Amino acid sequence: MKQSSDSIFSSQFFSFVRKEFYHVMRDKKTLLILFGMPVMQILIFGFALTNEVKNSRIVVVDYARDLASQQITARIEASQYFDIEKTILDQKQIESAFKNGKIKLALIFPEKFNDELLHQNKAQIRVVADASDPNIANTLTNYVTLIVQDYQNELNKNISLPYRIDTEVRMLYNPQLKGAHSFVPGVMALVLMLVCVMMTAISIVREKETGTMEILLVSPFKPFLVILSKAVPYLILSLINVVSILLLSVFALDLPVNGSVLLLFAESTLFIITCLSLGIFISIKSATQQAAMTISLMGMMLPTIMFSGFMFPVENMPVPLQVISNIVPAKWFYIIAKSIMIKGLGITALWKETLILAGMTVFLLIISLKSFKIRLS
Amino acid sequence: MRTIGFLLQKEFRQILRNRTIRGMIFIMPIIQLIVIPMAADYEVKNINLAIVDHDHSPYTQKLILKIAASGYFKLNKYSSSFKEAFTQIETDKADLILEIPQGFEKNLIRENEQKLFIAINAINGVKASMGGAYIGNIIRSFNNEIRLEFIQPQKIAEVPAVEVVPSNWFNAEMNYHVFMVPGILAILVTMVGGFLSALNIVKEKEAGTIEQINVTPIRKHHFIIGKLIPFWVLGNIIFTIGLLIAWLIYGIVPQGNLAVLYTCTSVYLLAILGFGLLISTFCDTQQQAMLIMFFFMMIFILMGGLYTTIESMPNWAQTVARFNPASYLIEIVRMVILKGSGFKDVMPHIIKLSLFAIILNGWAIYNYKKTS
Repeated sequence: MKQSSDSIFSSQFFSFVRKEFYHVMRDKKTLLILFGMPVMQILIFGFALTNEVKNSRIVVVDYARDLASQQITARIEASQYFDIEKTILDQKQIESAFKNGKIKLALIFPEKFNDELLHQNKAQIRVVADASDPNIANTLTNYVTLIVQDYQNELNKNISLPYRIDTEVRMLYNPQLKGAHSFVPGVMALVLMLVCVMMTAISIVREKETGTMEILLVSPFKPFLVILSKAVPYLILSLINVVSILLLSVFALDLPVNGSVLLLFAESTLFIITCLSLGIFISIKSATQQAAMTISLMGMMLPTIMFSGFMFPVENMPVPLQVISNIVPAKWFYIIAKSIMIKGLGITALWKETLILAGMTVFLLIISLKSFKIRLS
Repeated sequence: MRTIGFLLQKEFRQILRNRTIRGMIFIMPIIQLIVIPMAADYEVKNINLAIVDHDHSPYTQKLILKIAASGYFKLNKYSSSFKEAFTQIETDKADLILEIPQGFEKNLIRENEQKLFIAINAINGVKASMGGAYIGNIIRSFNNEIRLEFIQPQKIAEVPAVEVVPSNWFNAEMNYHVFMVPGILAILVTMVGGFLSALNIVKEKEAGTIEQINVTPIRKHHFIIGKLIPFWVLGNIIFTIGLLIAWLIYGIVPQGNLAVLYTCTSVYLLAILGFGLLISTFCDTQQQAMLIMFFFMMIFILMGGLYTTIESMPNWAQTVARFNPASYLIEIVRMVILKGSGFKDVMPHIIKLSLFAIILNGWAIYNYKKTS
């Protein structure tokens, strides 16, 4: 008896899922976007986004025009960090060049630069940076300092300094300092999260809005499973997305999966389920598609970008925001994806993050179930 | 004109009646503008340092103190072995390992040369290279101090030295908020304008009310203008609220002319609203419209120069960014607010934004069919 009711139950659930699947598959435009979007984004962001600073336009105002100033200028020009803007010749033009965004930095050699260097053993270069972006200003000033230091070391090549401390620096995990290493796991978290949350939330609310939900709810089938069955097609679509993202990152972006692919896949599934639960929760709470979209996009897009840690370091944030960042599921998945893909870690190092995601899922499903019952009575 | 007047009345009522939209327009931007800049701090500081000290000499003590005093590093832990320190990196508890070899102090004096080993977690390239530069500087100046202990100062000064004297304009305190707040404001205007307009026509399509409008003698461009103006007004209101928040909370006062700012924002809003309308003419459901808008919004935000500079991108990506209207607004807002740029400085951008506005709206009008 028990067994037959179970099988009726599962076949009903299955037929609901099949219905939803047809529903999703029929909308070709949406499907195209759903599959095309992650591919495009991984490619665009994987290749284009970089935290490196290079090709910055600068100007050299050289009042000295002597050997030393020209040698230093040549070194700066040769580096990939700088493009020298030639049209500016005078110090007075610097400010207006900053104002129309032409240059980021100005280098000023005073008169008799070489003379001072040779005879007084000390010469100055003034570096004026557009500090409206403090990081760029800092980085560029650092680059100039390094290039000048290099030049100076070469001048002093024959004078060997005593008591020398050398440093041997090794860049772990990402020796070429490529941007893709931190952006790909981040974009993956972002895309999966927003697609799953938004799609599920909207597709359920749509039935409410058109009134077809009433019909489903009077059927003898358990109401919550009706909703659950709407999430299943998106689970499958998202898994396909995970596969395509991983294939792209390995074959197009040269970003290997150093850890277990199976584990990464399992963790992605867990994260997708967390997001689907969040979508279900939002759909139960909102009355219109517009409300559902507002919450899932406006309310989550920027916070996810901000708090997941892939754009801005979480440890720099004020403590209350660090606390808040813990409730953003993407943060935990970002840590997991980064650790498996790049660091090659296993489950023993990630059980805590995994548990948190699982806990969030259970919590979201329970409060969804609870508030859903309230709506029915 | 009368037709447009009535349409406007209808749209304004519809928009302001909707609680979700009211929240989206007035509350969300305020909250986001207050919270996000606090989170969007990309300054490289708080680098967690794990130290493996095999020497335990007065010199290493001095070096470690010097590193700790620099303000960039947080001493995380003394590890007894490199392997132990490496697990700290694996679990993100440390970003950088400094390993001091055994006999460092003794050998430095005896052999004139010693090597320190540094390993950096380079998944985030910027943090890694800046962290490496900082610690390199500290070690160099530590090295100079040691030399001074043994050699007469004037002997060292004989080496020719070039001094780099930096000065920072427009944001002398190097405050990252000052840079981020205007950029985020531009993004908020983009998001609200884009999403609201994209949803609007599609919603009428889905609800069927668009049929009712289609059978009336309302002209196509009247209809579009009736849809545009309310969001244009709202966009400007949000922008104003944003400027006020920037001033009240972050103390950011526009250096440049407000007229320049509002001219640019107004032209930009026409462009982004046209984009939203265009998308809604292509879509049948709100879900589709949202999805497409979301796709473009990610590109607008991530390729708009908000936090990664456009000129560091590869050439093809820079071309893509040139077709991103948001990149122009982000740049304009920063230029005018931070550097006090004037009309002449932003004119090329205004012309490009006007082109965007004309093309996108023209396309939207062309694509909007009164018969379905």
